[in-house]
Amino acid sequence: MAHHDHGKHGGKSYWLDRKGNVAKVFYALIAVDVLWLAADFFHKKKAEFDAWGGWADGGFGFYPVYGFVGAFLLVLAAKQMRRVLMRSEDYYERRRDGGAS
Amino acid sequence: MAELLLSPPMLLMLGSVVLAAAPRNVLPRTVLRALLLALPVYSLWRFWGLDLGDYAQFELFGQTLTLVRIDPLSRIFVVIFHLAALIGSVYSFYVRDNFQPLVGVFYAGSALGVVLAGDLWTLFLFWEVAAVSSALLVWVRRSGRAAGAGLRYLGMQMVSGVLLLAGIVLLRHEVGAAPGWAEFRNLTGFLENGGLGFSNLAATLIFLAFGLKAAFPLLHSWLIDAYPESTPAGAVFLSAFTTKFAIYALARAFPGQSELIWIGALMTAFPIFFAVIENDLRRVLAYSMTNQLGFMVVGIGIGTELAINGAVAHAFADILFKGLLFMAMGAVLYRVGHVNGSDLGGLYKSMPITTGLCIVGAASISAFPLFSAFATKSLIMSAAVYKEYFWLWLVLLFASAGVFHHAGIKIPFFAFFHHDSGIRCKEAPRSMIVAMVLAAAASMAIGLFPLAEMWFGVANPFYALLPYPVDYDVYTTTHVITQSQLLFFSALAFATLMRTGLYPPELRSVNLDADWLYRRVGLRIWDGVATAFVALHRAGYATAGRLAATALETAQRHLGPQGFLGRSWLTASMALWVAVLLAAYLVVFYWRLG
Repeated sequence: MAHHDHGKHGGKSYWLDRKGNVAKVFYALIAVDVLWLAADFFHKKKAEFDAWGGWADGGFGFYPVYGFVGAFLLVLAAKQMRRVLMRSEDYYERRRDGGAS
Repeated sequence: MAELLLSPPMLLMLGSVVLAAAPRNVLPRTVLRALLLALPVYSLWRFWGLDLGDYAQFELFGQTLTLVRIDPLSRIFVVIFHLAALIGSVYSFYVRDNFQPLVGVFYAGSALGVVLAGDLWTLFLFWEVAAVSSALLVWVRRSGRAAGAGLRYLGMQMVSGVLLLAGIVLLRHEVGAAPGWAEFRNLTGFLENGGLGFSNLAATLIFLAFGLKAAFPLLHSWLIDAYPESTPAGAVFLSAFTTKFAIYALARAFPGQSELIWIGALMTAFPIFFAVIENDLRRVLAYSMTNQLGFMVVGIGIGTELAINGAVAHAFADILFKGLLFMAMGAVLYRVGHVNGSDLGGLYKSMPITTGLCIVGAASISAFPLFSAFATKSLIMSAAVYKEYFWLWLVLLFASAGVFHHAGIKIPFFAFFHHDSGIRCKEAPRSMIVAMVLAAAASMAIGLFPLAEMWFGVANPFYALLPYPVDYDVYTTTHVITQSQLLFFSALAFATLMRTGLYPPELRSVNLDADWLYRRVGLRIWDGVATAFVALHRAGYATAGRLAATALETAQRHLGPQGFLGRSWLTASMALWVAVLLAAYLVVFYWRLG
């Protein structure tokens, strides 16, 4: 979402090309999330698990917190994995052009 | 005989061979294509008319083999494999050459052979045919990378085949006849609860053979390695069959095997980390395939009727939505020439229809309400809840949020939105769009059927296909709310990471995976052994050479024209030396006598 070419390639301007509109999408998402969270006020769930005092699947805001924190940590952990796992694009090909053997 | 030839596997395999062999002037391309599409349609129509039971039995080497055994578990796989063959063929008509759909339909036939096999010999036969014919679909890309990946792929498939063969031979030794599934269970001491203890070697070998094709952790890298190196159409065919008949085989032979629960849980969680940092978007899909297979493996491991239904239903849905996502990325590959997230973006302007259909696939795999995985994966999740597997349930929930993150958002976002890459291309060819529409419609139908049943009382034809009766409400208020919360807050995490710049950028790179063990470490060891051998050989050769040279030199010095022994001698001197010798002999003789 960092760069935007205001439709200069196609000639045609698209709604998403304007930077302000991308922000609008983000705020709309926040609004939708607030609504889904609010749903927990109106709908009482029955806890199936006793673990965590029944909060896990019956308590307020469990799924939103789990979804957000899970996805957030997933990305940050994966980012750190790059330090160990990432190689250049031709890593497996280089050998043939007079590398190790 | 007709029953044998017109059985689904034979019809598709022989049909595609006959069409491939027909001369071009006899069979114009359009007629050939019409006939090719008619094959799966006719085969499915014929199959639909058959009742449950055994068909097409024949004698081979004194053993009775059963080519077709229809029961509720095989039936649903037969239906989806026909649909996949049809959709894949339509998709592949974007190239003039008919090689890919012909091989694809042949491969589909072998997959049908696996799921319909009534005994393990027949299963093994089709297991191997599928391995070879699918390798052709990797090689058809005709690139150096595809050649290598195809070879590694075939190697791993052969390992699975050898394990399976060894297991069957051991079983055969005990039964004395072609072992069927019933004998398999009896002999391996299969227990209804908890599965078998792996004390039986045959069962262990067969478990590993199935597990390799189902992409168990550390046995999975052939999938990640090879599928993304295929052509757009090749990857669509590949994504449908091999892994899914492995799931069928596991569900057939190892339902309720408790080890599968944790193997599956690992499969759901691990690949999503790799998917987040992978740049090749079709490789992201390959990782997400391992993740989805994990859900199915968990379902088989739990083993209740609900869980097995869930695993099988999810396999059915996965063929459609994963196929759809592979088709959308294949369309991008076809039009742009690559699917690197780092260099794409803004393609919704050029390919709006593909974008829309890709989003349907993304929503389906993410299990949004109204879409297919919501009506299939939920069965597995609920089965875990009913059996009170709390930690398993947490892992699966995390994996569900992760699926949405990498397959639901990352795929469409980096290909079609993100920043405008400036790439302007044509919309996908018509054949691709038709195939994607078919898969998208089927994915939505699976998601909508339960709703139609709830609101209008229309019987759910999809659930009716499942192996066990379904008594399960998908669209409960709690379920819709909790699933939406999970997904929308996962989306919020993505958006927050993007806006704060914390999200790792897409980079042109390769990430190491288990295949590193044989592509690098194994190769290094092999190199080391080979180098040592060559060095030893050279050293031995050099020493022998030096010795031979010295011997030759010495001989030459003494026997050569200038050598002491090689000179011309005077006859007189020779006579003198003979006289000296005789004299010496005489002296010795007398001295001995004295």
